[in-house]
Amino acid sequence: MIQILFMFFAAVALGAAINVLTQKHVLYSSLSLIVLLTAVSALFVLMQAEFLAVINVIVYAGAIMVLFVFVIMLLNLPADEESNDRLRWLKFAGIPMGLFLLFMVARTVWRVEGSATTPEIAGTAQAIGASLFTDYILPFELTSLLILIALMGAVVFAKKDL
Amino acid sequence: MIPLNWYLILAAALFLLGMLGFFIKRNIISLLLSVEIMLNAVNLTFVAFSSRNGQISGQIFVFFVLVVAAAEAAVGLALVIAMFRNRETLNVDRSNLLKW
Amino acid sequence: MVNFLWLIPFVPLLGAVINGFWGKRLSKGVIGAIAAGSVAISFAISLGAFLQMLGMSEQELPVIRNYFTWIQAGSFEANFGFMLDHLSGLMILIVTGVGFLIHIYSTAYMHEEPGFYRFFAYLNLFMFSMLTLVLANNYLLMFVGWEGVGLCSYLLIGFWFKKKSAADAGKKAFIVNRIGDFGFLIATMMMFWTFHSLDYTRVFAAAAKMPSDELGVIGTLTAICLLMFVGATGKSAQIPLYVWLPDAMEGPTPVSALIHAATMVTAGVYMVARSSALFNRAPGALLVVAVIGAATALIAASIGLVQTDIKKVLAYSTVSQLGYMFLACGAGAYAAGVFHLMTHAFFKALLFLGAGSVIHGMGGIQDITKMGGLRREMPWTFRTFLIGTLAIAGVPGLAGFFSKDMILAAVYSSPHFGKALWAVGIVTAGMTSFYMFRLLILTFFGNARYTHEDVHHVHESPSPMLLPLILLAVLSAVAGYVGIPAILGGHERIAEFLSLGGPAAEHGSAALEWILMAASVASAGIGFAMAYVCYVTSPELPRRIASSAEALYSILTSKYYVDEIYETILVWPLVATAREFLWQFVDVSVIDGAVNGVGQTVRGLAGGLRHMQTGYVRTYAGWLLFGGILMVAWFLR
Repeated sequence: MIQILFMFFAAVALGAAINVLTQKHVLYSSLSLIVLLTAVSALFVLMQAEFLAVINVIVYAGAIMVLFVFVIMLLNLPADEESNDRLRWLKFAGIPMGLFLLFMVARTVWRVEGSATTPEIAGTAQAIGASLFTDYILPFELTSLLILIALMGAVVFAKKDL
Repeated sequence: MIPLNWYLILAAALFLLGMLGFFIKRNIISLLLSVEIMLNAVNLTFVAFSSRNGQISGQIFVFFVLVVAAAEAAVGLALVIAMFRNRETLNVDRSNLLKW
Repeated sequence: MVNFLWLIPFVPLLGAVINGFWGKRLSKGVIGAIAAGSVAISFAISLGAFLQMLGMSEQELPVIRNYFTWIQAGSFEANFGFMLDHLSGLMILIVTGVGFLIHIYSTAYMHEEPGFYRFFAYLNLFMFSMLTLVLANNYLLMFVGWEGVGLCSYLLIGFWFKKKSAADAGKKAFIVNRIGDFGFLIATMMMFWTFHSLDYTRVFAAAAKMPSDELGVIGTLTAICLLMFVGATGKSAQIPLYVWLPDAMEGPTPVSALIHAATMVTAGVYMVARSSALFNRAPGALLVVAVIGAATALIAASIGLVQTDIKKVLAYSTVSQLGYMFLACGAGAYAAGVFHLMTHAFFKALLFLGAGSVIHGMGGIQDITKMGGLRREMPWTFRTFLIGTLAIAGVPGLAGFFSKDMILAAVYSSPHFGKALWAVGIVTAGMTSFYMFRLLILTFFGNARYTHEDVHHVHESPSPMLLPLILLAVLSAVAGYVGIPAILGGHERIAEFLSLGGPAAEHGSAALEWILMAASVASAGIGFAMAYVCYVTSPELPRRIASSAEALYSILTSKYYVDEIYETILVWPLVATAREFLWQFVDVSVIDGAVNGVGQTVRGLAGGLRHMQTGYVRTYAGWLLFGGILMVAWFLR
């Protein structure tokens, strides 16, 4: 049963990713990305990481992707032009290289032992919170600083006159 | 039971797709989206290993990756807006002033 | 006073430093006072030390003072130490005395020169080096002085460095000297290897224990002595390294007087005399010294017969007289050689300074064919020059007679080829007399051959130039009396004084000595008579002789083509090798090519690599992917 669910969500994820690449208008690409995020969250649930699944949907899909869509609409972008792409050769060089990389990684990874659906620990909010606020309290505080800086940076960059 | 290596291969495939997107697409926002795909793939890997090893630190790390991705998306989009104001186009190939 | 030996070279050094660094700001009077005064102080101390030494007994000599340890490496030790014995005491008196007189002379002679302070700085530096050479108590310190005088000679010959011939002459002197110095250096190394020390007392004591080398066998001692003599031929202008001395006449006349007559060129003779303990045990080396001395004397005198430049005549005369000194040493009569060194210093310096006075009075003309009748305008110069000429020709009663006679008597009685060497000596004496009287007659007698446009006003020289001339003339006259031979009732004090006896120190019978003396006086007389005939009574005779023996005459005027031979055999191949091979090939093609090649390669590489920076983000991503693949492949192999 679980395998079927896994296959389903994996297919959705892959399909959404490919769609992101192939769509002409960037808005459709972002929408596809939202689908991808949802599929990945479903996979998280399958691995008993519920908190992260929810956070992924709320923060990533719900906030970041919305930001993307806002900006796309703000800039009122048309569909991508088919104009001459000087770097067309990149497609023809990159795809084989990437497939080669995938092949190499897969060849090694295939031998990894273990199962991913019998966790000894559940990814509940309580479990994450307990670890986050004790062992990882310093990085936590630092990330808040990081967000502050990003906030300032974003405001400054987007101003009309600096 | 789902073996771990299925997840890993899936994550590798997503990563690859994100990377391919990075140099196939010409729109800057598309590039950012591709980066997000790659980050997601990494998240998947982390969680997979975390559930296999039984340690919660993998998921904590995903947490941080998420935070950083958010910050990066915010700043990146601000940059995109600034670039658009100057160039009227979002074609990344037009920003090639740092050539030799 | 003996305890102040170190001051003797150092006061002139101090003078050189002061004049060298601050001379530009000092007035000419002050510069001259510092320079001459420092030499005067040296002379006073030398005189005091000498007198003190005369009162010392045999055991107290030599006086050795080690001032500091210069090198101490393992068992080798070389100190900065001075030694005062009869030989070095005599030498410092000669050097400082004649030096002082020449300093006084130079204050007037060089008065109009812009490089006045530089001249005196170099001159004082020279005094320091020469005194170090003479006072040293080991061969290494002597070599320091040896090199120092060579350097000062170069600096002073090329004093008017803007003139190409002067600069070239300075270079020639230094390079030829260097060749000799190479021999000296190898000799010191051999000496160290054999005796494990370079200290005079140790070396001579060790040599005394070694057996003598046989004649014809080149043992260690003979090799050392021959190599040292090579150094002496360079410094004292003997065959084959004499070629620099005639060219050195490009320097100012006081330089020629001091360095190339009285002091530097005598360093070689001093060195041979000092090393008498070594030479006495190497008869082969002594024979070589004698033969080369005699040959040099003869050949140089023959070249001097036809020279027309007043200084060149005196230069060749110096080479010839140095040959006499080496001839004496080679015959074992070191005392006679040093005695002649002393008398020669006086009369040759006198002759050079007199020539300088003539040149000064004639406004720079040095060609004797353009002079004549100067005894009327320059009376004092004439009188002193006459005394110098009489002394060098060996006229009885003056200094040169006694010293030359002592040499010839010793040579005649020497065991190897004594009579042949004596014959060469006699002939050379005759030639010496001839060319010196020729010089005297052509310069001072007869009618003036110069026109009023050549020389505006022939005048006698000022008193700072005349006083040294007079003093030297007096010395040339009386200095011989320390060496009056036994047959004339004297005690040959100088020979006892210098007690450096060699193998041939025996005397012949009294009758033999009288005959030899008569022979040398006769040769001097013949020389004078021939000069009188050629230049006073029948002036067209020289031209007739020259045209009838044209080949011989041209060989003599071209100085036996020695310079040309050296040029072809030695100089030209070296220069060609240096220019074509070492410069064009090794330096330009190989070294520069390698260095430039590296630069070009880097440039080429960089030129290729820069194309990676296309400015497109996507190509950068492509490179990233590529690099990532490589790394993954490496780690997952």
